[in-house]
Amino acid sequence: MSLLGEPELTEEGEFVINIGPQHPSTHGVLHLKVWLDGETIKKIQPHLGYIHRSIEKMSESLSYRNFIYATSRMDYLSAHINNQACALTVEKGLQIEAPPRAQAIRILMAELTRLSSHQLWWGCTGLDLGAVTPFFYAFRERELIMEIMEETCGARLTQNYSVPGGVMYDVHPNFQNRVKDVMKQVKSRFREYEEALTGNVIFEQRTKGVGYLSAEDAISFGCTGPTARASGVSCDIRKWFPYDGYDKLQFDEIIMTGGDSYTRYMVRMEEMKQSVAIIEQLIDNIPEGDFQAKTKMVIKLPKGEFYQRVETARGELGVYIVSDGAASPYRIKYRSPNFSNLSALSHMATGAKIGDLVAIMATIDLVIPDVDR
Amino acid sequence: MTNEEIKTAVSALFPSVTYDETGEFLTLLITPAEIRSVMKALRYNTEFSFDYMFCLTCIDWKTHFMMVYHLLSKTHRHNIVVKAKIADVNKPEIETLCDIWQTANFHEREVYDLFGIRFLNHPDLRRLLLDEGWDGYPLRKNYVDENMISL
Repeated sequence: MSLLGEPELTEEGEFVINIGPQHPSTHGVLHLKVWLDGETIKKIQPHLGYIHRSIEKMSESLSYRNFIYATSRMDYLSAHINNQACALTVEKGLQIEAPPRAQAIRILMAELTRLSSHQLWWGCTGLDLGAVTPFFYAFRERELIMEIMEETCGARLTQNYSVPGGVMYDVHPNFQNRVKDVMKQVKSRFREYEEALTGNVIFEQRTKGVGYLSAEDAISFGCTGPTARASGVSCDIRKWFPYDGYDKLQFDEIIMTGGDSYTRYMVRMEEMKQSVAIIEQLIDNIPEGDFQAKTKMVIKLPKGEFYQRVETARGELGVYIVSDGAASPYRIKYRSPNFSNLSALSHMATGAKIGDLVAIMATIDLVIPDVDR
Repeated sequence: MTNEEIKTAVSALFPSVTYDETGEFLTLLITPAEIRSVMKALRYNTEFSFDYMFCLTCIDWKTHFMMVYHLLSKTHRHNIVVKAKIADVNKPEIETLCDIWQTANFHEREVYDLFGIRFLNHPDLRRLLLDEGWDGYPLRKNYVDENMISL
């Protein structure tokens, strides 16, 4: 059977088609081989690795300051949170903690990242399911957040703002006023989001009851983030294993029990509001002081193993560093949320119609560079 | 359960298991032969119920391979690490855990792809990230890529 090429007919009369690697609804170079009986999906086999860069191998020859930059290229929509995870792991190894000001800035940036990531997801979900307007609405607000990032970090997408010990430099003088302005705008626009997509009859019919995932399966497949929380699994690392002072903030972990695509959609919509709430609590209370703890020029971690998990926009990212005492890690493993979420795709989509696959993929919110690494 | 309680309970079931408490999590050191029985007990015994495997990976220590499994219990909220030492570097093999945690399926395929560890009784052991015809296992320490140019 050829990997790519003409559709084929198996002996059981099943039709095999290839979706991707270049397909608008896969949001990246993901190749799905789909076995069909009529329009019903029998089996899905994901073929990965089209953008595998072996970041783990590369990191083995980079210093503890430099390997962080590669992680911006994994889940590029949560780039800041990836950097934060790495910085926290190195800090754990050095047994230091970032100063309170740095922690607050990191959380603010992380929540801005989460908000902009969910906005992009919302726009693309609409686009995948045939609604064009959400994409423009979402990018209108996302652009404002990107401008805040650009002003403070110098980059819009791959920020590289977190460094071991804190953040690279202090926030821009305009930061607080600008964030407050943008939050005001974003909040007033949530109503528009809901009017545009949430109550839409076509949208509801295409997502309700589609791609069901039970709580047991979500845990067994290692699903995390909104994908698992829509199945009623509590898994928010910000609540389970707080880092950088999330335990001092008031926010809710959004858990719903529908388990279908519509519920996953609703979880993310509510999470956006929680992110705004976190930002509003913190923006007027950024502590004064240093933005970076003092670290040595060449960082060497003591012999041992260090594991740090954080909550990215898509779920639990784990950074596992094995150190042999040298200036670069002996082994690094990134436990990426998308990799595990993708593994549940075949299970969720089996029995669904081929058109539903697009809705399921859209609401898992896959970012392929994070799967391939 | 606290680490001490887990240690006592595991030792009662498997006296041969040794422990390492230098890291963040309690670490169980086991042999590849007993992995299925230990993991089944950790997953299904209600006192442990480690229902969520949050990381599965391998480390190449040149003289041997170390399989590392990170487990979390959603009900009891305790963490544990299980390590299995594979001594044979020429023909590394270990039993699969796919049927216990479904997430192990993709993670084991990734380890097979990048380290060349064979998972016995795995339902679909193929390369995951690299091409089917790729030569060698990149995350091994002795891997040499002839096309790599050193800058």
